[in-house]
Amino acid sequence: MSLEQSVIFDERKDQIHRKGDAPFTMGCNRESLAGAVSQRACVFCGSRVVLYPIADAVHLVHGPIGCASYTWDIRGALSSGPALHRLSFSTDLQEKDVIFGGEEKLYKALVELIDRHAPAAAFVYSTCIVGIIGDDLNAVCARVSREKGIPVLPVQSEGFKGNKRSGYHAACKAMFQLMGKGSTEGISPLSVNLLGDFNLAGEIWIIREYFRQMGIETVANITGDGRVADIRRAHGAALNVVQCSGATMDLAKMMQETFGTPFLRVSYFGVEDMAESLYAVARFFLQRDPAIMDRTRALVREELAVLYPRLQEYRRALEGKKAAIYVGGAFKAFSLVKAFRLLGMQVVLAGSQTGTEEDYQELYEITDEGTIIVDDSNPLELSSFLKEKDVDIFVGGVKERPIAYKLGVGFCDHNHERKEPLEGFVGMLNFAKEVHSSVMSPVWRFVPRSIHRGKEPAFTESLFKAGAECRPN
Amino acid sequence: MHHSNAPYTSTTNACKLCKPLGACLAFRGIEGAVPFLHGSQGCATYMRRYVISHFREPMDIASSSLGEKHAVYGGEANLKQGLRNVMHKYEAKLVGVATTCLTETIGDDVPMILKAFRREMEESGVGSSLPALVSVSTPSYSGAHMEGFHGAVRAVVDQFTGDPEVLPPRENRVNLLPGFVSPADTRYLREILDDFGVESVILPDISETMDGPAMEDYAKIPGGGTAIEDIRSMGGSRCTLELGRTIMGTDTAGRLLRERCGVPLHGMGTPIGLRESDVFFSTLKCTLQRKIPRKHTLERGRLVDAYVDAHKYVFGKKVVVFGEEDLVVGLTAFLAEIGAVPVLCASGGESGRFRECIEGVTSGILSPSPEVREGMDFYDIAEEAESLSPDLLIGHSKGFHLAKRLGIPLIRVGFPIHDRFGGQRILHLAYRGTQNLLDRVVNALLEKKQEDSPVGYGYM
Ligand code: SF4
Ligand code: SF4
Repeated sequence: MSLEQSVIFDERKDQIHRKGDAPFTMGCNRESLAGAVSQRACVFCGSRVVLYPIADAVHLVHGPIGCASYTWDIRGALSSGPALHRLSFSTDLQEKDVIFGGEEKLYKALVELIDRHAPAAAFVYSTCIVGIIGDDLNAVCARVSREKGIPVLPVQSEGFKGNKRSGYHAACKAMFQLMGKGSTEGISPLSVNLLGDFNLAGEIWIIREYFRQMGIETVANITGDGRVADIRRAHGAALNVVQCSGATMDLAKMMQETFGTPFLRVSYFGVEDMAESLYAVARFFLQRDPAIMDRTRALVREELAVLYPRLQEYRRALEGKKAAIYVGGAFKAFSLVKAFRLLGMQVVLAGSQTGTEEDYQELYEITDEGTIIVDDSNPLELSSFLKEKDVDIFVGGVKERPIAYKLGVGFCDHNHERKEPLEGFVGMLNFAKEVHSSVMSPVWRFVPRSIHRGKEPAFTESLFKAGAECRPN
Repeated sequence: MHHSNAPYTSTTNACKLCKPLGACLAFRGIEGAVPFLHGSQGCATYMRRYVISHFREPMDIASSSLGEKHAVYGGEANLKQGLRNVMHKYEAKLVGVATTCLTETIGDDVPMILKAFRREMEESGVGSSLPALVSVSTPSYSGAHMEGFHGAVRAVVDQFTGDPEVLPPRENRVNLLPGFVSPADTRYLREILDDFGVESVILPDISETMDGPAMEDYAKIPGGGTAIEDIRSMGGSRCTLELGRTIMGTDTAGRLLRERCGVPLHGMGTPIGLRESDVFFSTLKCTLQRKIPRKHTLERGRLVDAYVDAHKYVFGKKVVVFGEEDLVVGLTAFLAEIGAVPVLCASGGESGRFRECIEGVTSGILSPSPEVREGMDFYDIAEEAESLSPDLLIGHSKGFHLAKRLGIPLIRVGFPIHDRFGGQRILHLAYRGTQNLLDRVVNALLEKKQEDSPVGYGYM
């Protein structure tokens, strides 16, 4: 039995495709296979990811303690002001609450936290067992909202009711309730909301600055460095700019339906996608401000003038190296494929936790022959692919890191924990720098992978050979 | 029972983790074992992430990945399918099934499902290749991660130790149940037992599974861990040493071995500090009737010497200690010995025995006794700490925010350590571990003093 056969479940065979093998089809959008150690999280996680960066709201997790403990301050979503989002609030349900219901405890906890922190709003996340014991979240939230005079929004994020994407949807629904409430006076006709950027490592500030230079006002950050008051007037913006794999796509659609706000899908990763995103927005406003295109071109030109020479240096070192990508949403994978190409590197594996059929189709089209495309993978599969393709760097999140390192493969964290901005033109440079600092490290010489493949002289090995003699020289 | 004396309804920044996480860590310390969570996918993924960030090692936790319809009709089918998949792909020798809040609430009877699964497998002729199946009930709405940990250890012992009549007595072997200690601690404990010339079964043993070597192939299940064969014969060992004052006298694996197999049980504190370590060494000395190896008496001697060298730096320094109860008890015992003043001992755990254990290790050496609080979160701890104006914090890395706010050093110990390197290699126990802690405490205080001083002393 080949290595691959021994690690791939029959049920998952059609969720893995090798480009060039056969016509492209892809199984996806399924529940994870029991016992397969999926890298996926849950509905609650999806909601938490989207709403978490709203910094002046209380985020109360209604449930037993774990769901809150594990999400305490785990993302580097920065705020320029209040930082309520970095606290982990829970009702820490106990046995008696499970038996008699947790509504009373939820009510008290909410009142207590609102009195203590005077937030602009409160989000209440329901977790798995809340879905079972049947607490009426809506009623409790409505009551507290009445009494305290701030929006108190239930988020229907019971972990088992779908996957991360259902969580995105629940989050969008909760946020949407805020919209249309604030005054839109004084908003520029050249204005946008930034959807789907969570301000990891301060990224949204970079993007806002680009738009500012183009003469565009940003009304609401949704949700990086987000504020409740901004979201309440977001419907006053002329355009929604939606980044990333659809975490906030549902919100854009709801806003289009209700307020008629059009939207554009963009990505801020990599040079090509970043520039194209700015141009697309400029094109949208061209009628209102014909000079906007010139300003945008100037901006891009200026950024690239700084960026290109330095990228070339990295490219020289990285040319021909092999990369593997496994990320949460497929949209990010598209940008990464292009970014690696810009560095002269070859993508040999591209996968995501929650891609859709169209996503995988697109991935298929932009990748090279022989690339493995995979949906909802697991450690056994991923490690066998890394080995088979003799990968130099693996891009993923925290859970993928030890897989790479254990096998002696470089790694780049492109997820919540990143501390360096990877968006924007400067982000591409940071990305190149990070890839370079992992791929070019001398430590890979000493790992078993290199030694056994004969890439490196086995000098460390020979030291330990049985019977090696110690001759004086 | 709720022992919490926290004044608030809401929890902010919990100082505890959920019960199945402890169980998964314990299962991980058994050879060929795969931890398995019966519940929805999210719990397993969150726990993996949390554990990985500390150990920097792969941590596969399988899940029955329940969806909406299972939550309504029960998770039996998914649990069975999950077990089959884990059997086939991981070739596990043991699957440790821990329940979650969800499956406890919907009322799945896991032991019964496992029994049925075993029967079905036997009927279909694959019974002989079946891994051992151990289950532990771990609803997080009653108890936290340490209860889950001890519960899993007990469940494993319960499953594997049978009739003492047929067990060959092993006079030269001891059982050691260390609790949740670091891989470095586990290696050191084994070294001590080796030096005594005695065989040992350490359960669980995460020294290799959570701190392993670089590999060419991904090990489906990392090497190392307590061998199941060894667990089976624990009932024949000469005695059991069980660490942790708060679990003494409770329904533990050690007690089970005593009751079922007549193995004498020595319960004692987590050996941190001189006196608690002395108890550990002298217990070995008496039960084995052997001298303490010179290497270790020397280490003890050096530790006392270091206590003397360090005493002025630490005398009267006020310390807030937080984390798992048994770890805090050990740390407090140590701090009291060196003349530091533990002013607050706090834990998110709620054993109900925390205070009496702290009093046990501080009476006669520290007065008054420190504030002792169970069921605390970091909001409570911060509130208390502000009024106590401590010089130092000791605990896991989640105390960082508080340390920063107070402008004092944090000595990172235990689990989790998410913001520093090498958490799995921190030594806490016995003479050598205490020495390590002492060095770190003294240096943290010196560094603070040096940095705060305008003079810039070159000798401290
Ligand atoms: S539901 Fe229970 S088991 Fe799952 S993460 Fe939350 S507290 Fe832990
Ligand atoms: S209990 Fe449910 S909501 Fe909480 S982490 Fe687990 S799957 Fe997610």
